[in-house]
Amino acid sequence: MIKVNIHITLKEGVLDPQGKAIEGSLNTLGYQGVEDVRVGKLIEMTFSDSEQVTEQVEQMCQKLLANPVIENYSYTIEEGVVQ
Amino acid sequence: MKFAVIVFPGSNCDRDMYYAAKDALGAEAELVWYQDSSLEGYDAILLPGGFSYGDYLRCGAIASTSEIVKSLHREADRGTPILGVCNGFQILLESGLLPGALLRNKGLKFLCHHEHLVVRNNQTLFTSEYEKGQMISIPIAHGEGNYFCDPTTLAQLKANNQIVFTYQNNPNGSVEDIAGIVNEKGNVLGMMPHPERATEAILGSEDGLNLFKSMLVNWRESYVTNA
Repeated sequence: MIKVNIHITLKEGVLDPQGKAIEGSLNTLGYQGVEDVRVGKLIEMTFSDSEQVTEQVEQMCQKLLANPVIENYSYTIEEGVVQ
Repeated sequence: MKFAVIVFPGSNCDRDMYYAAKDALGAEAELVWYQDSSLEGYDAILLPGGFSYGDYLRCGAIASTSEIVKSLHREADRGTPILGVCNGFQILLESGLLPGALLRNKGLKFLCHHEHLVVRNNQTLFTSEYEKGQMISIPIAHGEGNYFCDPTTLAQLKANNQIVFTYQNNPNGSVEDIAGIVNEKGNVLGMMPHPERATEAILGSEDGLNLFKSMLVNWRESYVTNA
């Protein structure tokens, strides 16, 4: 079993109103030192077949999982994970 | 003239779009389920608003992987007029038929009211019945209508006169107040405001009807030219 974690984040310069709202709430809760909150996504998946996982994940990110206009992506691939 | 209105699971403005084309404009129109992969025989294609696939992943992202979008690419290449409104605009962007992306509204709220738009380019097949600089009242209804593109794309949009509609009072944070853009070829228009909801006085505005009229006039002219 191969476990893949894909992180999708907004590119620098892309406005993140959700992050801003969270930042405001955290400040209200007393966390005055918090700045630049940005919200991203974590997509988890497993592969039963270890063939060309990196190539497939790369293609998935480009074709569907991330929008290159506004988002960056990165991923980690862990081999031999036992569920 | 025969319009196709593509219906995705989660579309909710498909009937309004159908009504605008068939009843308000008086043309032929058919609802086309997204699994029917052919778009042959239609003179124009309408992508309605709504929440295709529940806006999962990103608005319009899942719909952009459907088979019918391949046909949409073919029709776009052939020069068939394609109008995407709201979620339809999001699908056009996610499909790569138009440049840029739509982000969450700057104020985070879902906005649902009439906005004043300015017709920036009336030299398109969608806007020829408007005056350049004309102000029109069209309703908006979106949570993610904040148009974004990189500075290079923005420069191209300006240079090619692709910005068709702008907001008079930008409600959502869109760059350069952009409300609607057309592709370089001029046959694919995407916009967040809903012209199909402004086609009769009883709806509060009939300013949207001229968009559909422009498409009809253009089709007639091309039909005469090609006959």
